[in-house]
Amino acid sequence: MIRTARTILAKDLRLELRTKESVPAMTLFTLTVYVLFHFGLDRSSLDGSLASGVLWVTLLLAAVVGVARLFATEREEGGIDGLLLAPVDRTALFVAKGAALFLFLCAVELVALPAFALLLLGPGLLEPLPELLPVLLLANLGLAAVGALVAALAAETRAPELIVPLLLLPLLVPVLIAAAQATEPLLREDPSADNLGRWLGLLTLYDVVFVLLSVAVFDYLLED
Amino acid sequence: MYSKGFKPLSIATVVAVATSLALIFFYAPLDADQGFVQKIFYVHVPMAIVALGGWVAGGLMAIRHLRSGDRSWDVRSYVAIHLSIILGVGVLVTGSIWARASWGHWWVWDEPVLVSFLIVFLLYCVYYPLRFSIEDPERQARYSSVFAIAAGAFVPLNFIAVRLAQSYTHPRVLSQTGGDLPGEMRLTFLVSLAAMALLFATLWKLELTSKNAAAQLKRLRTKLNARVAA
Amino acid sequence: MPALPLDEAGKYVAGAYVVFVALVVVYVAIIGAKITRIERELEELNELVEEEGRSPTVREGPEVRHSDQIAGLSVRPPDAAPRR
Repeated sequence: MIRTARTILAKDLRLELRTKESVPAMTLFTLTVYVLFHFGLDRSSLDGSLASGVLWVTLLLAAVVGVARLFATEREEGGIDGLLLAPVDRTALFVAKGAALFLFLCAVELVALPAFALLLLGPGLLEPLPELLPVLLLANLGLAAVGALVAALAAETRAPELIVPLLLLPLLVPVLIAAAQATEPLLREDPSADNLGRWLGLLTLYDVVFVLLSVAVFDYLLED
Repeated sequence: MYSKGFKPLSIATVVAVATSLALIFFYAPLDADQGFVQKIFYVHVPMAIVALGGWVAGGLMAIRHLRSGDRSWDVRSYVAIHLSIILGVGVLVTGSIWARASWGHWWVWDEPVLVSFLIVFLLYCVYYPLRFSIEDPERQARYSSVFAIAAGAFVPLNFIAVRLAQSYTHPRVLSQTGGDLPGEMRLTFLVSLAAMALLFATLWKLELTSKNAAAQLKRLRTKLNARVAA
Repeated sequence: MPALPLDEAGKYVAGAYVVFVALVVVYVAIIGAKITRIERELEELNELVEEEGRSPTVREGPEVRHSDQIAGLSVRPPDAAPRR
């Protein structure tokens, strides 16, 4: 199973490197939204809960963009039938797609975070960075697992671009709550790690539940 | 036969609803803080609990469907979720009325149950477009079940998350759903909860019976047509 | 002791309970509409059978969905027109 997953993942990553579709689009989208927030809030410098909120809402929306494209190549080229005809373990497909999405999100954040620090953030980003990293990684894991599940659910509907945001965003509210609450004290003028453990715990719980659930349930999707 | 046991169930429902209404308006004492407005609590909270329970039950039935391949479980799951969405509308409207009567605003973010309920409700509203945009009936049933399971698991997680957030930023303003209810109020609440649950079960059975009757009718029609054409 | 004040608070409480009752009644009415449709179709089928008993002919029946027949139960969108 791991080998199959790795093969599919390698295919997706190679495709992305060649076509450069998802990651640049998600990154560009993030930067654009920062600009929107600058004008919408009429602020040049954010800190604390406002900074945390803007950062995480933007990341969530970028994730929606990424999820909508996750099965796009399969849908368009008809590759899904090829995958289904081969005796491929659906779980491998889920792991591959989830891992791809996770890596895409990390790549986007590599650019989006410095950009955020440059464009909108008042206090520095370097100081709270070590505490910020586990939040980002755990949140990305949750985003990836739920994103892959929703992508598969929406893939067979008539209007996936509509269904994906409608399904994904409510499901991600716990991630948003935990991540934003964890990040908020880290982005204050005087950073501190209040309650970080509690929010990391919630993120871990969410990740465990949804990874296990998606693995259990993915077999029933994309069947034929 | 989906209508098995319907009569005793509906009788129990009538008795429970009548009893709870009597208790609400003639037995339960007036609340010290909120006065008569607090009576809304006896219809709003049981509706919320039953709706959430209905959604989770829909998820469990969906698991049954996927494991057994028996599509009747998907229909049971659909009706449970569908009924809970209707109740959900009621929860949000009565919750809004309660907020307005208590604090003068038509919505408050302070009550974690109401807020987390809104999020769950928004999620379940997507059940309809998801379900009905899939043409193939077998696939429709399967995908709906997957959704029902994911969403059912989401309900407790979401509640925990919202509760944690609220307890951190806002003090618990309405601690009515906890154990700190005086005896008479608690009895009234429990009876109201039982009545709402029984009502849900009755309506669920009712809709399943109606759906089954329609399906049987269709089968009869096709059989007759085949016989006529022969 | 019965509590029936018809002041400010009473209106809100009454409103909440009215919402609840209205939801239930509307729901029952919709199920009722479905049942009347079933009744009508049953009557049509009965007439169909009687006519065939009197004068057997080859007629074209309404369309049939094979997968429905197998499943026995399917879920159609609420606003789907009755099959003819």
